Amino acid sequence: MDARGLADQLRPILGEDAIITDHQRLRTYECDGLAHYKVIPALVVLVETTAHVAAVVRACAAAKVPFVARGSGTGLSGGALPHADGVLIVMSRMREILEIDRASQRAVVEPGVVNLQLTQAAQPQGYYYAPDPSSQQVCSIGGNVAENSGGAHCLKYGFTTGHVTGLELVTPGGEVVQIGGKAVDAPGYDLLGALVGSEGTLGIATKVTVRLTRTPEAVRTLLAAFSHTDQAGAAVSAVIGAGVIPAAIEMMDALAIEAAEAAVHCDYPDGAGAVLIVELDGPAAEVAHQFDQVEEFCRDNGAFEIRVAADDAERALFWKGRKSAFAAVGRISPDYIVQDGVIPRTALPEVLRRIAAISAEAGVRVANVFHAGDGNLHPLVLFDDAVPGEAERAEQVSGAIVDLCIEYGGSITGEHGVGFDKARYMPRMFTDDDLDTMQLVRCAFDPSSISNPGKVFPTPRLCGEVPGRHKGAHPLTDAGIAEVF
Amino acid sequence: MGDVILENLCAATEDHAVAATEADAVDRMPARWVAWPGTTEQTAAVMRVATHHDLAVVVRGSGTKLTWGARPERVDLVLDTSRMDKVVEHAAGDLIVVVGAGRRLDDLQGDLAGSGQRLGVDPARRGTVGGLVATAATGPSRLLHGPVRDLLIGVTVVRADGVVAHAGGKVVKNVAGYDVGKLLTGSFGTLGVITQAAFRLHPLPAARSWVSVPLSRPDGVPNSVPAGTCAPVNVQALVQQVVHSQLVPAAVELDRPPSGGVTLCLLLEGIPPGVEGRTTAALDLLGAGATARDDPPDWWGAEPFRRGEALLKVTHEIAGLAHLLTALDDVCASTGLASHLRGSVAVGAVTVGLAGIRDPADSDDPAVVHALVRCVASLRERAPAFGGTVVVLEAPGDLKDDLDVWGPVGGLELMRAVKRRFDPERRLAPGRFVGGI
Repeated sequence: MDARGLADQLRPILGEDAIITDHQRLRTYECDGLAHYKVIPALVVLVETTAHVAAVVRACAAAKVPFVARGSGTGLSGGALPHADGVLIVMSRMREILEIDRASQRAVVEPGVVNLQLTQAAQPQGYYYAPDPSSQQVCSIGGNVAENSGGAHCLKYGFTTGHVTGLELVTPGGEVVQIGGKAVDAPGYDLLGALVGSEGTLGIATKVTVRLTRTPEAVRTLLAAFSHTDQAGAAVSAVIGAGVIPAAIEMMDALAIEAAEAAVHCDYPDGAGAVLIVELDGPAAEVAHQFDQVEEFCRDNGAFEIRVAADDAERALFWKGRKSAFAAVGRISPDYIVQDGVIPRTALPEVLRRIAAISAEAGVRVANVFHAGDGNLHPLVLFDDAVPGEAERAEQVSGAIVDLCIEYGGSITGEHGVGFDKARYMPRMFTDDDLDTMQLVRCAFDPSSISNPGKVFPTPRLCGEVPGRHKGAHPLTDAGIAEVF
Repeated sequence: MGDVILENLCAATEDHAVAATEADAVDRMPARWVAWPGTTEQTAAVMRVATHHDLAVVVRGSGTKLTWGARPERVDLVLDTSRMDKVVEHAAGDLIVVVGAGRRLDDLQGDLAGSGQRLGVDPARRGTVGGLVATAATGPSRLLHGPVRDLLIGVTVVRADGVVAHAGGKVVKNVAGYDVGKLLTGSFGTLGVITQAAFRLHPLPAARSWVSVPLSRPDGVPNSVPAGTCAPVNVQALVQQVVHSQLVPAAVELDRPPSGGVTLCLLLEGIPPGVEGRTTAALDLLGAGATARDDPPDWWGAEPFRRGEALLKVTHEIAGLAHLLTALDDVCASTGLASHLRGSVAVGAVTVGLAGIRDPADSDDPAVVHALVRCVASLRERAPAFGGTVVVLEAPGDLKDDLDVWGPVGGLELMRAVKRRFDPERRLAPGRFVGGI
């Protein structure tokens, strides 16, 4: 049976309006936040319950039809790119906050719940959900779990993986399994650690138990303008070197500032070659003391203007420029590629100079926005697809930046995920043995490779039969490793 | 045959292999050989020898937690990591360190302290870095820094088949590929041999203050359900106040011996004026009898355990603390045991020492052994009330043979599938882990 054939089978279970087979409507789902990859799925299902998800996955497993789970579709690596012969399982109707348990500092949510809505729901009780990707107004918790999303504040608070204590999982075989819960350290392998960030390749989360974080007593934010990114980079080093861990330190270069100004009129200081946004939070006395230190470090390193947010509205304005930076680049360039590489933070000035050199040599503009505290770069490579050859040149520059990150001992992705887009870069960062080892995990969860196939790994592998315990055969053959194609 | 195996092990390790002695037994399961590979490559060579000769392998650091978990079914070779003890890279400016698995945690902390930094872990049993990761050992400061899984940013592992693999890297932020490091954390050496690990570091605090409050407990029958400030509901109420406060403690530890003083103690860390202010606020919050010191109480971060007793790791929902304390008291009363609970009640991870009431040294007494088995079973029955799990870390005598040290495990079939993929021949610590893995 193919995916379209599954529609008839699933209609009685999910209901007529939950099954989409019409070509025009299917096209609505052809891409996620990385819109230049488009694949029209064979079938879209809109699920509302765990039982729905399990029924769909079981049907897929029986028919060996691939499936892809999709949350809000904001991912930037093509992680929710549909499979042409597969079923796209849309999770956004599962959007109930099931429980806010203040006493145990946990919330239990359905995967379609929007990130910011959880924070809004917890705020009246003095709590919030710490991971805050820039897309938090629309992105879903389920998507965050799949991608191990970060955000500006993960410098201090860590990524999604540090905030998930339990999952209800529909395995690629269609079984519903409870992993972890409100308590920490469930005995056994850390399956949560494997699942969070596995980009939908190990199954589908249908309930998520997350930590809630106490709203800090004080939050203070400043914006410092420098004439050059080197100075801003030095200020960041001084802050971190002094043992201060800000909630966030964000940097934008001149081109990114120009774009943000054009788009959202954030009114950053004139003539800035770089701006830093530094946010401190925590106990009031500590924040006050460290805030003074940060101001001093900025001045010492050449900040020509420092603005301190007087209230939440002003803080929001500082952040507005930063959080809208990706979209804003659309104002100064018809097309762009967002990179997500990571470098050791101390290499920042050097890497920025080399990015500038690559950009100049190729004649391709690069705007830089990044989480400076943890070395997570978001270079925006600008091009015009209408001009022949520009897209290719931009792609080359983008690839060269990835290589640069690897050369400095960094990573090809800090928070956007590998997805479809960066799978081809994985062998630059990992050996065949490394990738093979990761795929052992994949084979344990999904021996048929039907859960979001074609993502994360550049070369899929057959998993082979699950080996029994017998002697004689080579263990590689036993484990299915020898069947790599 | 034995000579050939030893020869091969010596060839793999530049002559760092010997026949095992009694002291090399793993949880009283005798071993046959010990090998000390000095590098990842040598470790891989050792695992190839093990594969060739079908040897069961147990990985050992300094051996501090080797008795944790179930007793392995078979131990042919002890693979000792202690020669892989070098700091490979400490990039102070990037707050990361890459270190050999065999380096002792105390030595590593000493290396880092020179740069005003630390690895944010403080388990009771220090041991090696590899052992820390393999057992996911935990201590008070986990409240602030998270468990070791959150600090581990990269790992080098030798698989059961001798293949060397890496995951993660040496940058703090990285989502490329599966987080195999987390899967290895707490895997008790059943998935691979960790030879190197990279960690995120934190600055050492400029000031520290321990604020303790004694919660009075009437003398009398040990573990009788107490009234007054140390009654379970009252302890929980106080912990709740701390948890929801703005004190931002680095640790919140409860010490609850079988009789006598119950103590709740907070560690506050930061800059001197901040810690001073929060110490005052903590003294206010904890109320009459609270005191502040700049050094920890003597029980801080230690296990409530003496040789010959049993030691449990118990987890609970933060708000399930009162249920846990009550369950413990009830179960001890009915089994005639005394319990000593100590641990991170704001995290929901504590240790519980169990001993016979009259004379802890008589734990080999069959009646005590029977009582311990019943006690663990009853606690597990009550676990849904406190929302956690009960794992037996240490047990006297042959007690571990009489009970399932791990208890019920969610997702066990997935775990078995992972094990089958990583170690289909069950070469690594067979039987030590959950569900007989």
